[in-house]
Amino acid sequence: MTGIVDYNAGNIKSVEHALEALKAPYLLSKNPLELKNCDRIIFPGVGDASYAMEQLKLTGFDSFLTDWASSGKPLAGICLGSQIIFDFSEEGDTKCLGLLKGKIRHFENIWKERYPSEKEHEESSLLYNELKVPHMGWNSITFCNGGTKLLSGVPDNSDFYFVHSYVIQPDDPSIIKAYADYGAMVPAVVEKDNVTAFQFHPEKSGKYGLQILRNYVNADLGNV
Amino acid sequence: MLKKRIIICLDVKDGRTTKGVKFQNNKDIGDPVEMAAEYYRQGVDELVFYDIMASARGRGPILDLISRVASQVFIPFCVGGGIGSLDDIRSTILAGAEKVSLNSQAVKNPSLISEGARVFGNQCIVLGMDAARDEKMKSGYRVFINGGRVATELDALEWAQKAVSLGAGEIVLNSIDADGTRDGYEINLTRMISENVSVPVIASGGGGTPKHLVDVLTEGKASAALIASMVHSGEYTVESIKKALDKEGVPVRL
Repeated sequence: MTGIVDYNAGNIKSVEHALEALKAPYLLSKNPLELKNCDRIIFPGVGDASYAMEQLKLTGFDSFLTDWASSGKPLAGICLGSQIIFDFSEEGDTKCLGLLKGKIRHFENIWKERYPSEKEHEESSLLYNELKVPHMGWNSITFCNGGTKLLSGVPDNSDFYFVHSYVIQPDDPSIIKAYADYGAMVPAVVEKDNVTAFQFHPEKSGKYGLQILRNYVNADLGNV
Repeated sequence: MLKKRIIICLDVKDGRTTKGVKFQNNKDIGDPVEMAAEYYRQGVDELVFYDIMASARGRGPILDLISRVASQVFIPFCVGGGIGSLDDIRSTILAGAEKVSLNSQAVKNPSLISEGARVFGNQCIVLGMDAARDEKMKSGYRVFINGGRVATELDALEWAQKAVSLGAGEIVLNSIDADGTRDGYEINLTRMISENVSVPVIASGGGGTPKHLVDVLTEGKASAALIASMVHSGEYTVESIKKALDKEGVPVRL
């Protein structure tokens, strides 16, 4: 059974629809107690990091997710959920859950550091086809550091649907398992032990997105 | 590499897909849920549903339809038409849409953009803008509302920039002059808006051939192109359009 965290900050419905299409049993709840016996957790989310953290505290999901991560059972964060499992986000200067080491930074800040002078920054923007923020749309991902078993059946360089303005910057780059290129290396799949972060939306990324979710809920489908 | 998106627009009226020319003479062309599923199968990148009578009649969004689409289409889609409150946005998102397009209601109440962005995030709030040429306006284009029926005093470029500053994460820019003509997108309008806002611009209105898409995605600097008649008529499929774009060097998801 897959538990889906419902904390008023997620596009919960599309995750539900995807699991239904896979015929994978799931339990959606606003109450952490109800999810404690699940086999794995999906932690979705869109929107603002500080608002989401407030909602997590109000619902008690902050301590639930911390305990869950240390229990060793699988946890998958999607989009905003993939970001606030790190230590800190520049979005609203928000202290996050700290399940993985690293911070979440705005694209502009990363680009400015990569191209420090004003001129370089402008030229780099031109070079990258006048990049827009949010990074929105389908971008290809490149596997690295050996990938992860959650990407089984997905060809390298497949396209996934991204929508975000902030970027995961893990302290330990070796936990990045796939990345996209958008004026900088954008970690797309990050995994350490039982915790996986998907910056893109597998539930909205067509057949390869569904394949990732299928891999995640595999045990429930009788394909252990 | 980020791909240029091909987005299909389904204008919905009384639960059916319709298509008009220059916003008039709408004809029934099919069931929106079946059409959405077929375009998903063909590899479309995104869908937009416009409830075209909603603003004119003061109705809310089309929740049942959204929910049925969301259960079988695993790509992003946006819903527009009649979304006038935070509750409308919430119910649309909860039914399974990623984004809402705010058009007439945002003109009447711009704080809907900022409040929507604060609660649901910028990525969720799309400004839908219908613009037509008008020499009297500073940028040369005037904003219209209520499905192109009512002129406003807003300049197209000024309104686009204001909406982005309020929190719109994307703009669907529809040229009333080009809508349904299949004579090509309005490149000047698209490029002007795209060059002067920080968020992605989706060009809409006038797409008739793959060449038109190539032009607006390169010269017009659009991040995505909205199409309707081209595929609704059966003349092109998503696959045939994407292959043509790929051949011209436009990055697309194949």
